[in-house]
Amino acid sequence: MKAGVFDPPRQAPDFSLSSSTGHELKISQYRGKVVLLAFGFTSCTEVCPTTLNTFAVARRKLGPQAADVQVVYITVDPHRDVPARLAKYLGSFDPTFVGGTGTEDQLAAVRSSYGISAEKKIIGNDYTYAHSSFAYLIDRTGRIRGLMPYGHSPDDYANDLTILLRE
Amino acid sequence: MRARSVTLLGIAAAVAAALGIGLVPIQTGSHDQIFEIPKGTWARRMSGDKVEILPDHIRLTLGLRDILVLRNHDDVPQIFGPTLMMPGQSFRLPFERAAQYQFACTAHASGQMTIVVEPNPATPWARIAWRARELLH
Repeated sequence: MKAGVFDPPRQAPDFSLSSSTGHELKISQYRGKVVLLAFGFTSCTEVCPTTLNTFAVARRKLGPQAADVQVVYITVDPHRDVPARLAKYLGSFDPTFVGGTGTEDQLAAVRSSYGISAEKKIIGNDYTYAHSSFAYLIDRTGRIRGLMPYGHSPDDYANDLTILLRE
Repeated sequence: MRARSVTLLGIAAAVAAALGIGLVPIQTGSHDQIFEIPKGTWARRMSGDKVEILPDHIRLTLGLRDILVLRNHDDVPQIFGPTLMMPGQSFRLPFERAAQYQFACTAHASGQMTIVVEPNPATPWARIAWRARELLH
């Protein structure tokens, strides 16, 4: 695989958040699919748009197999990223992408369970976040199999997704 | 006169040896650069020891030492480099491009970990420098 690989893989910690679809979002609901899980915020100007576009291109490269790949994007900025905003933002990359939001405490607990860092930085009257920029690859049985650092190409993602989809 | 000749011969031999070292392709048994969290690390930290395991700057070399391997031998989960690792878990991250990679890492005071992946040493001098660095480490 092109991603970093965990051995042994551990079960992806489950959570209950508000989905951009208007329903509850649990990672366990995607058992049977391969999940790309990333953390960010919709006002992010560099890392998130690049990563989400990479996911979208990778999915298109998979053809019909893409139906078994689910992108889940969890915000680190619950004040701005309400479900409707997440839905509009993610839909601009790929209509199948699903976002998750919740209270500050809920999101902090999810980040902690996945080893994700997010630090709020005040800039004048505005703010931004420095956050972990990698994506997790979760297999059909719900185990965290890989960690893809920021900057990998759609081909690299397509390669690893294909490997996981064949299992 | 004779002493000078001997000196010149010595220098010539040293230069020839260095060139030889630089011309011979580098072969490594393993591409892994391994970092391990020993058992008991968490307990040591809790007792006040400042335990530094993973440097905030790591140098790798494409084609020679280009796989970062992290292993958690402790009894508790640990944030190690870019990720959270469970007890007994290992993480193996290959690099295929020479570049500088930044990772958020709360284990470091700077909050960042930098991995510099350098190109495969292509010139004799670069190979000599790489071998010298390996010896020093």
